Amino acid sequence: MSARKPYVRSMDGWWRKNPYFTRYMVREASAVFLAVYAVILLIGVFRLSQGAAAYGAWLAALTNPLAIVFHGIALLAVAYHAYTWWKVMPKTMPMLHVGGRRIPEIALSAVGWAATLAASLVVYMLVRGVS
Amino acid sequence: MADAEKTIEIEVLRYRPEQDREPVVQTYQVPFTDDTSVLQGLQYIKDYLDGTVSFRWSCRMAICGSCGMMIDGKPKLSCKTFLREYYPGKLRVEALSHFPIERDLVVGIEDFIGKLESIKPYIIPKQSRTLEQGEYLQTPAQRDQYEQYSSCINCLLCYAACPQYGLNPKFTGPGVLALLHRYNADSRDQGWEARQDVANADDGVWGCMLVGYCSEVCPKGVDPAHAINQNKVNSTLDYFGMLKFLLPKGAAK
Repeated sequence: MSARKPYVRSMDGWWRKNPYFTRYMVREASAVFLAVYAVILLIGVFRLSQGAAAYGAWLAALTNPLAIVFHGIALLAVAYHAYTWWKVMPKTMPMLHVGGRRIPEIALSAVGWAATLAASLVVYMLVRGVS
Repeated sequence: MADAEKTIEIEVLRYRPEQDREPVVQTYQVPFTDDTSVLQGLQYIKDYLDGTVSFRWSCRMAICGSCGMMIDGKPKLSCKTFLREYYPGKLRVEALSHFPIERDLVVGIEDFIGKLESIKPYIIPKQSRTLEQGEYLQTPAQRDQYEQYSSCINCLLCYAACPQYGLNPKFTGPGVLALLHRYNADSRDQGWEARQDVANADDGVWGCMLVGYCSEVCPKGVDPAHAINQNKVNSTLDYFGMLKFLLPKGAAK
């Protein structure tokens, strides 16, 4: 008879045991804010299709302090999500070589971060220019 | 060796299946110098303090992959980690996470060995060559596509770093999937088709959520997260019947 009695440890609370895992969970959770924001924006488009009065009511609802607080948090969450998204993106790409040397992951991430910043600036300036 | 000997406290998570219902912490006072590794600390315990402490080790120079353990909660090779890093505090060593503990710091690795066999970890040539045809030729650029993944020493630190494996032990896991890619990416191998069943499975590359900690803890710079996630692209191309676009390209002729 085997004297083996392997002990399997519990996974309870695994993501609190290592800061790396906690950051991973924050990264994943930040997508929820992005999704909720997208739904709010889609509702705005839908209200716009119903006419000026409906769109005006949607805009008015957004001036609620709760809505403003949510958008502040969502902005931070989405910024973090964009940062982490580009940080892990190079892991999904094949090895790229230029002139016999491998392009480092940080260079690929940096292109993504720069593109995100540029796109955000363009959108911001468009919105400011219109209103 | 001129520096004075200091003493550090090492907590060892003990599990003796014949007497313990669950693991218990036991503490030892271990003298050390600047060049004493955690493994040497454990060897001191076994030789002078408590001969019943069990742990695996062999080469003492980070190439055999035997002495992986959790050191203060992080998966590390104990031969490559030094006691001085934890002084004047104490440190805690524990069997590798996500594996069943057999005894003390020794874990059961049958599951890993079975998965390793499942990916056929050897070159399966597209067309076998006769002796007269000579060797398989490979350019340095073709070698670069797999060399880093071939550095894996099966130390299992990446499994102990992977919560997906802890939560779902059916997941093929970082090390084996990195080796799967090591052979697929070798221009001498027939590539994707040889191992597509393992890669495409729910518990294959799709079991990975890109936590990324496996690549952080790998002592050999294998970067399993990169090996796995490029193959999500390949698995998707396979799903849509576009195998000819597979990455990396270029099987040897």
